[in-house]
Parts: sequence; structure tokens; C-alpha cells
Amino acid sequence: MQIAAADGAARLPPGKRLLLALSDLWAWLFLAVMVLFFVVAVPIVGSATFVTVRNSQNILVAIVPIVLLGLGQTFVIISAGIDLSVGWVMSLASVLSALAIRGAFNAGWPVWLAVVAGFFAGTLGGAVVGFINGVIIAKLKVPAFIVTLGSSFIVRGVALLWSENTTVIGLPDIRAYGNESVFYSVRGGDHAGFYFLHPPPLATNELRQLDRILQWPVVVTIVVVAIIMFVLHRTQFGRHTYAIGGNLEAARRAGIPVDRRIIAIYALSAATAGIAGFLSTLQYGAGSAVIGDPLLLSSIAAVIIGGVSLFGGAGTIIGTVIGSLIIAVLTTGLVMMSVPAFWQFIVVGVVVIVAVLIDQSRDLIVGRNESGAET
Amino acid sequence: MSDPVLSIRRLTKRFGGLTAVKSVSWEVYPGEVVALLGDNGAGKSTLIKCVAGVHQPDEGEIFFAGKQVHFARPIDSRSAGIETIYQDLALANNLDVAANIFLGREKKHRYLGGLVKTLDERAMRAESQTALDTLEIHFPTLTQPIESLSGGMRQAVAIARAVYWKARLMIMDEPTNNLGVPEQQKVLDLIRRLRDQGVPVILITHTLPDVFAVADRLMVMHRGRKVTEKRTADTSTEELVGYMVGARDDTRPAAAAVP
Repeated sequence: MQIAAADGAARLPPGKRLLLALSDLWAWLFLAVMVLFFVVAVPIVGSATFVTVRNSQNILVAIVPIVLLGLGQTFVIISAGIDLSVGWVMSLASVLSALAIRGAFNAGWPVWLAVVAGFFAGTLGGAVVGFINGVIIAKLKVPAFIVTLGSSFIVRGVALLWSENTTVIGLPDIRAYGNESVFYSVRGGDHAGFYFLHPPPLATNELRQLDRILQWPVVVTIVVVAIIMFVLHRTQFGRHTYAIGGNLEAARRAGIPVDRRIIAIYALSAATAGIAGFLSTLQYGAGSAVIGDPLLLSSIAAVIIGGVSLFGGAGTIIGTVIGSLIIAVLTTGLVMMSVPAFWQFIVVGVVVIVAVLIDQSRDLIVGRNESGAET
Repeated sequence: MSDPVLSIRRLTKRFGGLTAVKSVSWEVYPGEVVALLGDNGAGKSTLIKCVAGVHQPDEGEIFFAGKQVHFARPIDSRSAGIETIYQDLALANNLDVAANIFLGREKKHRYLGGLVKTLDERAMRAESQTALDTLEIHFPTLTQPIESLSGGMRQAVAIARAVYWKARLMIMDEPTNNLGVPEQQKVLDLIRRLRDQGVPVILITHTLPDVFAVADRLMVMHRGRKVTEKRTADTSTEELVGYMVGARDDTRPAAAAVP
């Protein structure tokens, strides 16, 4: 039996196919256009240059928490859920890892081992919250929006309680782990050059010449991104995440252990938020119970700009990374142009809505046929 | 005649005070297409859901491939080899053809002694192609998401999935509903091809032309009871309509008088 393609992309006229390709790539294009704009505009307004080693590294450091919160959120939203708790989970993890590092160090552990303990405390502490979220969502059938909204308040209270409503200080000097980097570049002076792992001894006035390239939190994030990409795009768990978001009933009837998968998805989401909390503790050398909250909506914005459908079933990890980059480049560029901060919010908001409009226009271009009634 | 694949004996199912299925006995043999007819509420869906493990009968027995079976859940029925394709097809529209055929039963590469497992896309695509080929279904590409396919093509994917997983009995609920006429013909072709490969098909429908096109035998239900069972060749549209509206009833000859 020969059944012709009904309305697949293959049958579209070339003009529409071009439009479709553009809408697939629009996030990349938008990022490129934006960078070009700032390259031209930043020197005109101020005296700075946009593309510098230092600036690029600052942007990478700035997107670390947004990317990490966004990674788990990508899984959750692809499965047609939402996780509103990740901001406060990140805060809780920051507090937990600070407490663990301080406790381990005071118990006589070497600093590196205390840092490892902090990593596990933050990540597993986060994962426990996500696990509980997942159990309530999957087993008790409470909508994810409600469960994670409620748990974010609970986690907020616990984080403030355990941090005794203040910054967790008294940690050993761990900022080397948070601020040092793989490469160092010294632009001028006696020590000009490129260094691997160890910076040269610099006088205080020479430090302005030093650029840190690939700081450790960025390296950790790249590793986590790689692992998560692998899990989403190459494993059965990732495939099932798409299936659950695409058609929950079909997933169930196909014998997928849907409840277990949903629990794992929320645990994963909270675990990546936990890593973000741990890294923030490393960067600041202290635990903060309020660090994560402002990042929640930015991370959801990044996920949406990156093309993940809020209806579930569609999206990629690389899209989320691009979405995070777009937000960070936008914010950094506008700051460098001395644009007042409130404009950043307005622009990010416009970009989020435009992103969704572009996503919806794809269906118009393809003329997607939901009923399946035509031949 | 050989032994029946499916044998239902005096099956009764009640919902509270309502008896949805009343002591129905029915047999399905290898290599035949049988139609299950009836108006809305006649009990045909309830009967089939007992076979599919969605409902559990209150009385009566079900024998499948010679053995008595008790399906507590739909998955029990499926693992015994009974595939039920409902109207909504149960496909993940965002995934491609191969991903749907292997949904929940993905093929995997194993690394590090099974510690890391990745999807074996190539094998799944190749075997999907083979499954589609045996049913003579031709897709331009297997990498399109289901949502870009027509209703008939989606139906074909659902059937190919059942065949690939060695269904020994296929139950199809109104498979030609919501399809254009050419696609209806293609789905009926597929049903014939399934029969020719030895997979018996139960066709639940109230589209009488479909019954005359593909069914070898048929059973009509009315208000929970089996009112007749016939060879398709021995009946007519008018007669079947009579059974479906309750004007004819082989079990109560007195009621057979047409008003």
C-alpha cells in the first residue's frame, strides 16, 4: 500500500521550507544578531569593547545558575510539567553545602574533601526535595504547579531556618575552587602570556591584567550539560520523558513506568538546582538562603526562549543553553551600554513572548493537522 | 474448524444495577476477521474491555489460545498477545515512527557491562522498516514525527507496532472513524493483510459497509445480549440493521417479527 506523505515538511513549497528552517534556527540567529549589535553599539555609547576575553568569561559565569536551573526544568517541561521550586531548592542547597563544608572542615577533614562533602550535601539535598515533589505529583495526582509552588514555600522556610536567617559563614577558604580557572591569560607586564591551571605570581597592580578563562563552575556546568544532553537525547529515560510529555496515556499503555519516570524527572530537576546552589557557595565562599529565588523565572524564560514547549513533548538541551546565553548577553550588553536596569527586564520579557510566537507560527507554516482526518 | 484463539463463555459484566453484558458466549478462530456490531450502549465496548483486561467480568470465563485467562490489568492482556487499538491509537505524536513502534520496549546498546545504556536508533529503525514492509506499508521516511502523518498512516503505525510485537489477536475499535474514504480503503486492506498473515482481527464498528468489505463473520449485540452470530455472506444490511435496533433477535424467536 502506498500512502503518500500527508502534510509533512517534505511536501512544503521552498519558501515555506526556508521559513521553517529559520524558525528552527531563530534562537541561534537571534543570538548572533544580538552579539553583532552589541559589538557595534557598545563602543559607540561608551568606550568599552563588547567582545573581550574577560567579558565572554563573565557572561559564562553569569549563566551558570540559569543554565543549571534550566537543565532540570527542560526535562520537567518536556514531560509537560513545571517546577516552581528550583529557585528555593538552589538556596537550600547553597545553605546545605555551606553547612556541610564548614562541619566537615571543623571535624578535621581536608578542604578538598570538605568541598566534596558540600557537593553531595547540596545535590542530594536538592534531589530529596525533587523526589518528594515527584512522589506527590505522580502518586497522589496533585498538579505539578501546585506541588512545586507549595514545596518552594516549604523549602524557603527550611533554608532560612537552617541558615538561621543569615549568610552561612565561617567556611575554610574555598574560593579557589569557585573562582580559579583552567587557563589564565595575562595581557601585559612582566608576566604577559597564557597559563594552564596555575596563574603566575602577580603584584596587586598587575591583577587587572589577569583574565581567568573557564572558571571551575563553568567547567562543572559544561560537564553537567554534556551528561544531561546525553541522558535526554540518547537514553531510554530521555525518550520516555518526551513520550510522557507527548501523550501521557500512550506512554502508560506502552508499559512505560510513568510514575517512576516522573519522580526521577523532578528529582533530576532539583538535583541540578542543587548543583547550582553548591557552585554559588563555592563562588562566594558562603551559603545564602536567598541566592536562588530571583533566578527561577530567568531560568524558565531561558527554557522557553530555547524552544521548549510548555505543552510538553518538545525541546532540546542546547536550546536551553542558547536561551540562557541570550538572556546573559542581552543583560551584559545593555549594562555596558549604560541602559537602565529596568529596560533589561522589558527586553527579556519581549524576547520570551516573541519566542513563543515564533514557536506557534511553526504550526501555521506546516499547517499541522491535529485531527488526522485528511488523507 | 481448528481450535478457537479466543473463547468467551457466558460472560456477564454489571456496573451497579446495570447489566452491560449478559451471559455472552463467543468464539474467534485463527485467520478470520470477525465484526462486533451493535448500537451505542449495546455492550460491545464493555465486552471487549473485559478481553483487554480493562474490566474484569463478574461471571463467565475467557479462554485464550486454549488456556483460561484472568486479566487483572491491560498489560496482562497485551503480554498474552492481545493487542487492542482504540480510536485514539495511543501514539506519542511528538515522536517518530520507529520510536512509537518501540515505545516502552526500546532497543539499547550496552556499555561498561550494562551500566550505561543508549538507544539503538539504527536497529529500531531497521526493524521498524521490516515490520512495515511485511504489511506492505510504505512511508517516505521513518524520522517524521507522527503528528505530521495523516490519520490512515497513524493507524498503520499502530497496526505495525502490534504486528511487530507478535500480536496473536488484534482488536480494533472503529478503525475507519474520522478517516477520508481513500484512507478507509487502505486500513481495510491492512486488516485483510493481517488476516492473511494468520492474525485474527476483531473489528468493533457500526459502519456496515466495512463489515461487508472485510469481515468473514459477525456478531451483533443489543442491550448487553448477543442477538445473532452469522457469516457475513449470509446476511444483508437490512437484516443487520434489524438486529442492531432490536427488531430481530435470534435468541427470542417471538421477538423476530418485524413490526
